[in-house]
Amino acid sequence: MATLTINGKKHTIEADSSMPLLWAIRDIVGLTGTKFGCGKGLCGACSVLLDGVSVRSCLTPVSAAEGKIIVTIEGVENENKVLQEVWDELNVAQCGYCQSGQIISATALLASNANPSSEDIDTAMSGNICRCGTYPRIKSAILKTAELNQNSK
Amino acid sequence: MNNIHLITRRSFIRNLGLASGGLIIACTVPSNSSKDKQKLRAFNGSTFEPNLFIQLKDNGALILVASRSEMGNGVRTSLTSVIADEMEADWTMVTVKQAPGDAKYMDQNTDGSRSVRTLFEPMRKMGATAKAMLIAAAAKKWDVDASTLTAKNHYIINPVTKDKLFYGDLVADAATMPVPENPPLKDPKDFNFIGSDLKSVDGKGFASGKPKYGMDIKLEGMKYVAIARCPVTFGTFTSYNKEEAIRVRGVEQVIEIPKINRPFGALGGVAVVATNTWAAIQGRDALKVEWDNGANESYSTDEYTKMIVDNVHKKGKEVQNIGNVNRAFTNADQVVESTFVMPHLVHAPMEVPNATADVRSDGTCEVWAPTQDPQTARTEVATFLGVDLAKVTINVTFLGGGFGRKSKPDFIIEAVAASKAINAPAQVVWTREDDIRHSYYHAVSAQYMKGALDKDGNVTGWLHRVAYPSITSTFAPDTGYAAGFEFGMGMTNQPYLLENILCENAKAPAHVRIGWYRSVINIIQGFSINVFVDELAVKAKKDPLEFRLNLLGPDRIVESPDGYNFDSAKLKHVLTTAAKNAGYGKPLPEGHAIGLAMHYSFLSYVASAVEVSVNNGKLKVHKITSVIDCGTAVNTSTIEAQMQGAAIFGMSLTMYGKITTKDGVIEQSNYHDYQVVRMNETPEIDVEIIKSTAKPTGVGEPGVPPIAPAIINGIFHATGKRYHSLPLKDHGLV
Repeated sequence: MATLTINGKKHTIEADSSMPLLWAIRDIVGLTGTKFGCGKGLCGACSVLLDGVSVRSCLTPVSAAEGKIIVTIEGVENENKVLQEVWDELNVAQCGYCQSGQIISATALLASNANPSSEDIDTAMSGNICRCGTYPRIKSAILKTAELNQNSK
Repeated sequence: MNNIHLITRRSFIRNLGLASGGLIIACTVPSNSSKDKQKLRAFNGSTFEPNLFIQLKDNGALILVASRSEMGNGVRTSLTSVIADEMEADWTMVTVKQAPGDAKYMDQNTDGSRSVRTLFEPMRKMGATAKAMLIAAAAKKWDVDASTLTAKNHYIINPVTKDKLFYGDLVADAATMPVPENPPLKDPKDFNFIGSDLKSVDGKGFASGKPKYGMDIKLEGMKYVAIARCPVTFGTFTSYNKEEAIRVRGVEQVIEIPKINRPFGALGGVAVVATNTWAAIQGRDALKVEWDNGANESYSTDEYTKMIVDNVHKKGKEVQNIGNVNRAFTNADQVVESTFVMPHLVHAPMEVPNATADVRSDGTCEVWAPTQDPQTARTEVATFLGVDLAKVTINVTFLGGGFGRKSKPDFIIEAVAASKAINAPAQVVWTREDDIRHSYYHAVSAQYMKGALDKDGNVTGWLHRVAYPSITSTFAPDTGYAAGFEFGMGMTNQPYLLENILCENAKAPAHVRIGWYRSVINIIQGFSINVFVDELAVKAKKDPLEFRLNLLGPDRIVESPDGYNFDSAKLKHVLTTAAKNAGYGKPLPEGHAIGLAMHYSFLSYVASAVEVSVNNGKLKVHKITSVIDCGTAVNTSTIEAQMQGAAIFGMSLTMYGKITTKDGVIEQSNYHDYQVVRMNETPEIDVEIIKSTAKPTGVGEPGVPPIAPAIINGIFHATGKRYHSLPLKDHGLV
């Protein structure tokens, strides 16, 4: 038994404490927005926020996530809705599969750095692979979101 | 050309899963194959099977059916926007319904960069038909001449009285109007969506994790399955020990998946069935399996590559012989020779192969899968189960990338076999390691090129000899030689005006499954030709841009039976535009140079100019400037995205892409040893789409082939060093 707090909701699940958070979220809790990409922490498709930090849920055991605040793509609207709107407006996604992880990493970046430079974005986002090659638009979306957030202050 | 009909038969509506009601218009799109044409001629009123649909409901909701798969190509948006444009619809009222795999949609295989090309005209006609019927209904209501009315943004407008009627309110009357034979199509200058940056219908969903990909399907009682497959292609298991696998918490049983033979079968193996994906993978990894590796155990790409390099240095099978190359070489002032080597590649889409199947006791089977080719999947599943096609439903989920991998239904048949074996719904999931090691690979290749230059630097002779395992080896007995369609991807249709040409094919039998990979053989033949022409330019002491333009010769049209003629002026234009946009010929920062390349593929013209530098032995790609002429640009946002993506895809294969085998086993396993380009390596990418009113042509693939040769050419002009083999990681450049 383990208790996970995902997007503000508590879930008590039956899972080995060594089960990666990814599979607990997808197969047991049933939230499928978080994606499996590599299983080795290499691609970032499975990224979720753990106490605000973008982590690879395919390598994070359930035991390491207990008692922490987990945010998945389904909960990002409460973290940075503007980012999601800009993502849509700029037609960032191609196949869309890696985009949950990309948005999670971008959310974490903007939460810690409201006005990132192009290099800051490269550093924060290079753990997330996009095989379609949406990188140019991901960068544009992050920069634009930062700009909108600055203007609204 | 199309039969456009008003749909009243409820069965069609049911089959599509559309709620009944409203105005439903359907039409039949003939495909290009003669077999399908015959089928069409046999249609009569009672067997009419339409393949495109519009449903307009009385609340104004417009439901359009996408018959092709969405895998990042933007097809759900671009196809349907064509209908909506002609129909003068409000884009916000549009929803898209994904068609299941069914021959009634004609060819649904989403490959060859041809979805928009094939469906553009019929979709326009469908939209125009719907609009004409709505106008007719309004004309009747207002008792005016239909020709005086216009349509705009989901309303029919009377410009005289300023009255307007909402589409939804006209549905009932429109459904009683006759279907017009030849409704007028819009003047392209009046297009609302076509040629614009239309937003994706799925954009909001993508940004919130909502779209359902294959693995997101969850069925009542569904089990998760991971399969141990033989490390050597087409090997089989001889025995296995499941003791430790069964001990994994969540593992329920271990089953055998039969090897299902070519063309589109499954590799077979030992499968672990579990209550969750993690348990299935853990259990699979705990299996102890003894394999009979079979004939491909001897396949080592190092030795194989040496063999095909030898083969391209010997006389091969002639596939094109124009003029007299031998005389040209004898009389040449200079002879230039180069040998090009490129490795196997694997698609590695972000979403691994996976499928969910439910084989039911009533003999039906329903599948949910990220497939590029649901009809082939349907046929293969029906054949495997020994049931009628009608018993098999293939639901097409979103695809987390395809790039050709998901044209093959092997992973779908595995899920069907598993569901049948356990008598419950089964979801087969591949790990990334499975994906890298059991794919249908892009062909390894060797090429030899020899050119003759006269004393003025004109190219007087051109020999191109290629060796690569053929895609046809996947579905036909392997002769060791490639097929005409493969030569036609850049070799036998090379664009230059040459008097003496000899193209040959040398032997290269297949030892792994060979498949389509974004741009296919264009990557191979586009690479050698673009690098070789650059070498010829250097030998001729000419500017590489001028040299290419001269070699293209006077503008000319090469006619093609399909009506898509090759126009050399268009290729010239994309090349000069790319050069201009990149600032070619202008001063560059110290150590920088621009490499050029151009390629005609999937009926589109693309050129790229890539600015690079090499510092301390390491390559830096500063900027990629690409230009595409794809005829009428349907969705400029999608085209730009596809060209950006193609540039990055091309960079990945230039810098890192390499699949090798040792004793038949693929040596790579995941993104650490099969690397792809990440954001920090992504240069500025500038895309120009040439304005055109010609018929639309390919977009998804044509951007890839020029990237690798443009980078290689750039490196030469920056450093004086010429590379003839990929990836550049092997040369220590990355």
